[in-house]
Amino acid sequence: MIQLKNVNKVYEDGFQALKNINLTFEEGKLNVLIGPSGCGKTTTMKLLNRLIDYTDGELTIDGKIISEIDPIELRRQMGYVIQSIGLFPHMTIYDNVATVPKLLKWDKAKTKDRVYELLNMVDLDPEVYCERYPNELSGGQQQRIGVIRALAAEPKIILMDEPFSALDPISREQLQDQLVQLQQEINKTIIFVTHDMDEAIKIADQIILMREGEVVQKGTPREILTNPKDDFVREFIGQERLEKAQGLPPMTAFVDANFPSVNVEKSVDDLIDVMVKHKKDQMPIVDNDDKYLGIVSLYDAVRKHDVVLRDLVNPDIIAYRETAEVEKFVASKDTIAPIVKEDETFIGVLDQDQLLAVLHDKIEPKSGVRS
Amino acid sequence: MDFLIELGTYMLENSSELLALAGEHVMMVLYAIGFALLVGIPLGILAAKFKKAAPVILSLVNILQLIPSLAMLAILLIYFGLGNSTVVIGLFFYSLLPIVRNTYVGLKEVDASVTEAGRGIGMTPLQLLWKVEFPLSIPFLMAGLRVAAVIAVAVATIAPYIGGGGLGSEIVGGINLQNDVRLYAGAIPAAALAILADFLLGIFERKTKNRFAN
Ligand SMILES: Nc1ncnc2c1ncn2[C@@H]1O[C@H](COP(=O)(O)OP(=O)(O)OP(=O)(O)O)[C@@H](O)[C@H]1O
Ligand SMILES: [Mg+2]
Repeated sequence: MIQLKNVNKVYEDGFQALKNINLTFEEGKLNVLIGPSGCGKTTTMKLLNRLIDYTDGELTIDGKIISEIDPIELRRQMGYVIQSIGLFPHMTIYDNVATVPKLLKWDKAKTKDRVYELLNMVDLDPEVYCERYPNELSGGQQQRIGVIRALAAEPKIILMDEPFSALDPISREQLQDQLVQLQQEINKTIIFVTHDMDEAIKIADQIILMREGEVVQKGTPREILTNPKDDFVREFIGQERLEKAQGLPPMTAFVDANFPSVNVEKSVDDLIDVMVKHKKDQMPIVDNDDKYLGIVSLYDAVRKHDVVLRDLVNPDIIAYRETAEVEKFVASKDTIAPIVKEDETFIGVLDQDQLLAVLHDKIEPKSGVRS
Repeated sequence: MDFLIELGTYMLENSSELLALAGEHVMMVLYAIGFALLVGIPLGILAAKFKKAAPVILSLVNILQLIPSLAMLAILLIYFGLGNSTVVIGLFFYSLLPIVRNTYVGLKEVDASVTEAGRGIGMTPLQLLWKVEFPLSIPFLMAGLRVAAVIAVAVATIAPYIGGGGLGSEIVGGINLQNDVRLYAGAIPAAALAILADFLLGIFERKTKNRFAN
């Protein structure tokens, strides 16, 4: 757990970038810092890995005062994705990603496995990209390398300063999903800076909205959306999102429990039968314990029906917990939202007709008044 | 035309002699540049890393460069006597400025986001220097090396005045005897050497630049 108590930062030129910041970043949570340019997000971030020192107040990590932790050790245990990417231009992509494992003297085989795993994770073929140099990559590809370089040594805490800003919407969605998944699976503490409210709502456990060096409001996406503190917050969130969110019931209210699922041991032909019978073009796949594994699309099933079902499963479409906020789905661009219990047991799928109806009811009368 | 034929014949007849002189010339330059790299790179790093040291180091090497070459060699002559090693010391002093200055500039030019990334992921200052900053300053260093080499090849031609050898022997001999053929027989290979050094190191420099450009 990271705690900031009454933290102030005054830069050498006398500019006060942070004013009396009180924040708690709990272990295993995804915290999003958001706010207008120059409000102190990067400054807050850099306090956490001691790239800059705070002027006064108290900053502790797991109860230890940060200034008593060796900065080199601290940084090696903390992934850091910097705002301007900052890849090492003279090193290959492989060496860039392997930087921290090498500093930590991992053995060669382990390092290589890890680098390949990470490259595959962000859809960059290791065979193609390992030996390239950063200037031989597109901006979005460089940014992905910046992200996985920070993840390489499996740090418990990850600082990400606008990590997805240069990505196209599709890879952005993908990486957001992966981040959420990663954070749920391995219990990372993530501090994430963004300008994009949709991104914040989608991934955050805690949103921290800042302005001119101060924290204006913090809370879960739901709290912020349903209870914006003042006009600044309201304006920052945007009318449209506020209207969408006002009083939306949680995920459980929209579960379509009749939505079929198919056991992964079944044949692809069985699957196609079920899909055709229920007129579904996407089907959740579960294992013998009813745990959710991923989605198979009808298109894939028909096109490649001579393989085993397991190979068709797309695990990238993540499931939502039944307690999750429905805003998460609204903010995403997913077309199907499987819903699971805390232990990953499949319950059903979010009923989008019902959701649409609720959203419609909410927005319709208001827009009538406004126009 | 006659002169060219005469010159050609002379150079052919004395080709082994001239080659030996060129070899001697190159050796003096190589030694000088080698020492200049050994001393200049650390000085450049010191200047880049310690704000207070920078003006001292940079003005010192600047002053060295400003001393006229004959005067410099004359001063060195007083302390080190006649011979090729005195020449090497003089050339060393001349090569120092471009190498120190370019190491310094190269380190200063490293993109702040790159050094911040290095620090942010837990490199010690020394690791940052050897793994990131120094490699990235190499294109600049190469440019300095090229300048240093060209200067050294040129200045080395006055070596005979302080008892040194090299292609300057032919030039000075030619001047003394008012023998144009000998003068050119020394000057043309010396110029060729300078152009060659410039060309080869230029290729090298561009290669490192392309690699690191971002
Ligand atoms: N080294 C510095 N010296 C003086 N002022 C600084 C320094 N670094 C940042 N600032 C100022 O502190 C304020 C906060 O900067 P910071 O980089 O934290 O903003 P940010 O919220 O990350 O903005 P952005 O969204 O544009 O990245 C800005 O007004 C900036 O000009
Ligand atoms: Mg910033």
